[in-house]
Amino acid sequence: MTTMFDVGNKVAAKAVQLCRPEVIAAYPITPQTVIVEELARMVEAGELSAEYLRVESEHSVMAATCAAASMGVRTFTATSSQGLAFMHEMLHWASLSRLPIVMINVNRALGPGWSIWVDETDSLSQRDTGWLQFYCESSHEVFDSIIQAYRIAEQILLPVMVNLEGFILSHTYEIVDIPDQGGIDRFLPPSPPRECLDVDNPSMFGSTTDYYINFRYKMHAGMEKAKVVCREVDDAFKKEFGRGYGLLHAYLCEDADLILITAGTIAGTCRVVADRCRAEGLKVGVLRIRVFRPFPGELICEALKSAGKVAVIDRDFSPGCGGIFAQEVKAALQGTLPGLPVYEFIAGLGGKDVTDTDIESIIDQTGEMSKPGECKWIGLLK
Amino acid sequence: MDRSAQIKFPIAAEELVRSGHTACPGCGAVLAMKYVLKGLGPRTMVVIPPSCAGTIAAGFPFCALKIPVLRIPFETTAISASGIRAALDVMGKKDIHVLAWAGDGGTFDIGIQALSGAAERNDDIIYVCYDNEGYMNTGIQRSSSTPEGAWTTTTPSPYVKDTPKKDIIRIMAAHKIPYIATASIGYPSDLIKKVNRAKEIKGTKFILIFSPCPTGWRYSPDMTIRIAKLATETGIFPLYEVEDGEKYLLNPGRTLKPVKAYFSVQGRFRNLTEENLQWFEEKVRKEQAYLSRMAG
Amino acid sequence: MERYEADTTLSYPCIGAAGKTGGWRDFKPVIDQANCIKCLRCWAYCPENAVKRAEDDSVSIDYDYCKGCGVCANECPKKAIAMQRED
Repeated sequence: MTTMFDVGNKVAAKAVQLCRPEVIAAYPITPQTVIVEELARMVEAGELSAEYLRVESEHSVMAATCAAASMGVRTFTATSSQGLAFMHEMLHWASLSRLPIVMINVNRALGPGWSIWVDETDSLSQRDTGWLQFYCESSHEVFDSIIQAYRIAEQILLPVMVNLEGFILSHTYEIVDIPDQGGIDRFLPPSPPRECLDVDNPSMFGSTTDYYINFRYKMHAGMEKAKVVCREVDDAFKKEFGRGYGLLHAYLCEDADLILITAGTIAGTCRVVADRCRAEGLKVGVLRIRVFRPFPGELICEALKSAGKVAVIDRDFSPGCGGIFAQEVKAALQGTLPGLPVYEFIAGLGGKDVTDTDIESIIDQTGEMSKPGECKWIGLLK
Repeated sequence: MDRSAQIKFPIAAEELVRSGHTACPGCGAVLAMKYVLKGLGPRTMVVIPPSCAGTIAAGFPFCALKIPVLRIPFETTAISASGIRAALDVMGKKDIHVLAWAGDGGTFDIGIQALSGAAERNDDIIYVCYDNEGYMNTGIQRSSSTPEGAWTTTTPSPYVKDTPKKDIIRIMAAHKIPYIATASIGYPSDLIKKVNRAKEIKGTKFILIFSPCPTGWRYSPDMTIRIAKLATETGIFPLYEVEDGEKYLLNPGRTLKPVKAYFSVQGRFRNLTEENLQWFEEKVRKEQAYLSRMAG
Repeated sequence: MERYEADTTLSYPCIGAAGKTGGWRDFKPVIDQANCIKCLRCWAYCPENAVKRAEDDSVSIDYDYCKGCGVCANECPKKAIAMQRED
């Protein structure tokens, strides 16, 4: 085990290097650029043995990755916001083709108004594309999630998107413990071959079919299995390297009257505020959702079962509907905890800071309202 | 016994396109595939987007081609081929040809970004565009490869396509890729010779194959080869190669027939006037002069 | 490591992917073997690969798949193939 002190993007690139991808396709977009630059440097320096394709657009990035992954080689790519939106068609293609691709998405707001700052709408608006989605809170978690992602993807044959917040994680320094290559190789065997595209046994992959609905059903089955596999892989990772995260992180939820639900780095601020509230006698808990797809509805219901009120803080927004995490949480509670009121808050869009004062305001507003109304917007400028 | 046909055109005997596919009777596109695969042989992988070729390759669980096929999204032909090439290189399988196979719509229009990208990177692929001058698979809509004066379902009479056929060869030549060729199903031995040249070269190779379409061009299916030959005999579709974007090698010259011989047998050009035909003659003269100049 | 089975569309090469396309014809080619010079143009130009080539380079039509396009008849230098109306 060695120690690394660097920005999140470089930590991510280090994790990718240790996973031994064979084909990398890259197109730069802020705030992901450091990842693809670092991987290019590694390839040129002989630290990473991979074919590196400097592609001309994000759509082509995913097309190249899908084509290479169809051959059974391990692949990697990274993107953000506009680029992720551009490759939307290919995201569907990757999951429908059952390709075990791992991609980093550095969360960034979609324009216009033009923004390079953090916002999770980019990845959340891709929630129906059939990709597993992880939302990380620290560089350490990004590092570990990438390694776990390959093992999960190659088992269930669905692609995995590991999300980290633009600039907040991608460009801030953290100390990370790096396992040695041998440990990673033991945890992550070589990618399994695919039974297609073989000149000695030719076949055609991806043609029209009446069995479409069956193949979709198989995807659904894969996603259901993924809930189990994500946990198994996380447990195995903890056993091998001493750290694990689960699909959720519940903090002081067992006896909480009010539970704040969020994803990413906002959770850290929430925990600080929760501790302050506890000191003042207010029982606040924090539930961070780490795996968004497959949505761990049963685990969420279990974590919320004793709560009196729940406040979901979304760093994203679906116009005409509201916060995306809020909608998914409400749907999960339906039938299990139907009486639990869910208060919805939108905060931090376009990179707006979500401060402890904002969280305290959310807690106050939740306390004041007897029942939830429309989603409340935190941080609107006057 | 040598099974290649020796008389006038040496063509390998093995068939990699199986009978009973969904192509229209007299289809030029499937002939293009037949000849190219005769040149490349069975150690070839092909990527095919939605197109006539995609439909011809058939639906699950059947396949009309005896080589590995990856169906890919419409605009990604060139980059998908590059992705396969990267994977094959990593796997050490450098003797397998990677064939990018798209029609004119998927090459001149929606696929041009990916094609330009692959060409700039000089990715080691053979890109073949079978040119039937329109989006034929979806119902004969115009593409930027449709020539002026042609009827299509999106340029219905009295409005016909009024912009020139996009000059894809000049565009590819500007990328300075090692090998570009125009070929025609009317001249299979010439086509196969060009395929054989391409497969020996490392880097991006681009071959444009003139592939008449009876359904879209409105002619009797038995005329497919005749029309392909007429296009070259009248100078409408000259045959040549370009090395490194600069060195032009023209197929042997001939006295050109009047363009009317080519246009008059196709229903899609029914509305051409004498004035239009004169204009086309002039265009052919200019193109011939240009090619002679480039060939030095 | 356990692998979960994933089904995807894999199609295998076969003859007659669109069925017996001979049923598409209105006209069928009939070869006058006496006049055939075995130049193999019909074999080369058939879009369907429905012209079968024997060891001695003589040709015959595979009527199971021939769509009756008539290219072979049009290209035969000896006009040894006639397109006959089928009912």
